[in-house]
Amino acid sequence: MTWIFDFFIAPFLEFAFMQKALLGALMLSLGAGPVGVFLMLRRMSLTGDAMAHAILPGAAAGFLLFGLEIVPMTIGGLVAGVLVALGAGAVSRLTIQKEDASMAAFYLIALSVGVVMVSMRGSSIDLMHVLFGTVLALNTDALVLIGLVAATTMLTLVVFWRALVAECLDPLFLRSVSRLGSPVHFIFLGLVVLNLVAGFQALGTLLSVGLMVLPAVSARFWAHRVETMALLAVAIGMGSSISGLLLSYHLSLPSGPAMILSAGVAYAVSVLAGRRGLLLTLRPRASHRTA
Amino acid sequence: MQPAAVTFSDLTLGYGGHPAVHHLSGTVRKGSLTAVVGANGSGKSTLMKGIVGMLAPMTGRCTVQRGLRMAYLPQQSEVDRSFPARVIDIVSLGLWPQRGLLGRHNSQDREAVLQALSAVGLEGFDKRPIDSLSGGQMQRALFARVLVQNADLILLDEPFNAVDAKTVIDLVALLKRWQSEEGRTVLVVVHDLELVREHFPEALLLARRPVAWGDARDVLDAGNLLKARQFHEAWDETAPWCEPAHDDDHTKRAS
Repeated sequence: MTWIFDFFIAPFLEFAFMQKALLGALMLSLGAGPVGVFLMLRRMSLTGDAMAHAILPGAAAGFLLFGLEIVPMTIGGLVAGVLVALGAGAVSRLTIQKEDASMAAFYLIALSVGVVMVSMRGSSIDLMHVLFGTVLALNTDALVLIGLVAATTMLTLVVFWRALVAECLDPLFLRSVSRLGSPVHFIFLGLVVLNLVAGFQALGTLLSVGLMVLPAVSARFWAHRVETMALLAVAIGMGSSISGLLLSYHLSLPSGPAMILSAGVAYAVSVLAGRRGLLLTLRPRASHRTA
Repeated sequence: MQPAAVTFSDLTLGYGGHPAVHHLSGTVRKGSLTAVVGANGSGKSTLMKGIVGMLAPMTGRCTVQRGLRMAYLPQQSEVDRSFPARVIDIVSLGLWPQRGLLGRHNSQDREAVLQALSAVGLEGFDKRPIDSLSGGQMQRALFARVLVQNADLILLDEPFNAVDAKTVIDLVALLKRWQSEEGRTVLVVVHDLELVREHFPEALLLARRPVAWGDARDVLDAGNLLKARQFHEAWDETAPWCEPAHDDDHTKRAS
């Protein structure tokens, strides 16, 4: 039985960087899972992707001024993410343009500005780092940041849960009984940006949205209620983190992509075998009930 | 004479400079049950939105008595039917005015929700996912939510859409009980004129301008209906600007 220990446990006991990576990834999953569920239920999964690109110029500005330091890059990313979210939101609310179009325009501009900025000073290795992250290089600062984001996310979700559900389920109704309709949308976008920025150091701008969206869209095939869906998304996220780190360790794969790929496997399994997945949906039924 | 729940004073509501409700004046008495009737595009839904406050007046005013709790069932609800919610979840949203964001839903609230469901004939549907409901069942669930809201002023925009005849009778009976026994003020947009004549004490006939307002049978007489029919839906880009001077006759007609 020692091979189980060697394979699953030893890597985390032996190396501090593996422990830090594991802790970081587990905390990321905690916040990103539920946020991803709401993102999906609001049909904003692709918006999450766009927002992930939108934080790049801010992170790049931090990088240009201070080098590869987590605090300035994080603050820069937050500012850029919020600016793009507010800008795209304002254009869609004040003009005829819908939010998907304005969001696409804003994030494309942000992404190109970001890449130009990184290449002004850095090498292509730096660019790779910014785009894909390095979960194995998480330091204490980064862990503290991820922990704070996870805690903030949990607290905000608990407080605003009912409003978030109402805003997805029946926005017009929420507007008729409460003034929270618009604020809760922006609070939610804030959570998205916050979690993307937290995931940025570990997974990079391109993949930080992966830990948010893939567990959520997988959980959709199993759960009937938002609460269970969120819990399941957290579990899938954590499972994918562990599996990704182990794969990365044993097969020398890049760690971030290995984590997201594990979540991708969870998705494929869910699409096929989930309670509302393909196999059960397409299965011919020989009998039916009387009512 | 009951005090006014809603007062319109020379109210004009519309979109992009074009009026949809034109120079409406008058009052909705507290504890009245009024049917709002008129052709498509005659301003019925717009009026509802104006009362709820979702649409700001172009001119004039619409004042709702202070402290009145309002419940509004829009014509096209924006309920996301694919959302993983159960019937009880959507009806429980009606508890928002009492419980707000953080208040716990207690067993009494739960009881009220189940009672509302049985009042609209959806007993035993509480645990059903909303994507399994038919159009009419969904409409009844939304009606149940209005019940749970326990409001003083209730605005229903075509609540009987896609609802079968038997249920319409049940729901109308419910409306009448709200008004007569519980003293609530109810405004309902309805298309079925027979239903209005039979069950509604008062009616407001709209053709963008108010055509008639008062006792339902008087309002829906042949002359008024003919007048309302002359209204045409056309959105005239080049319609002349409405001058205050020649508006007097419309406002008088309504009051």
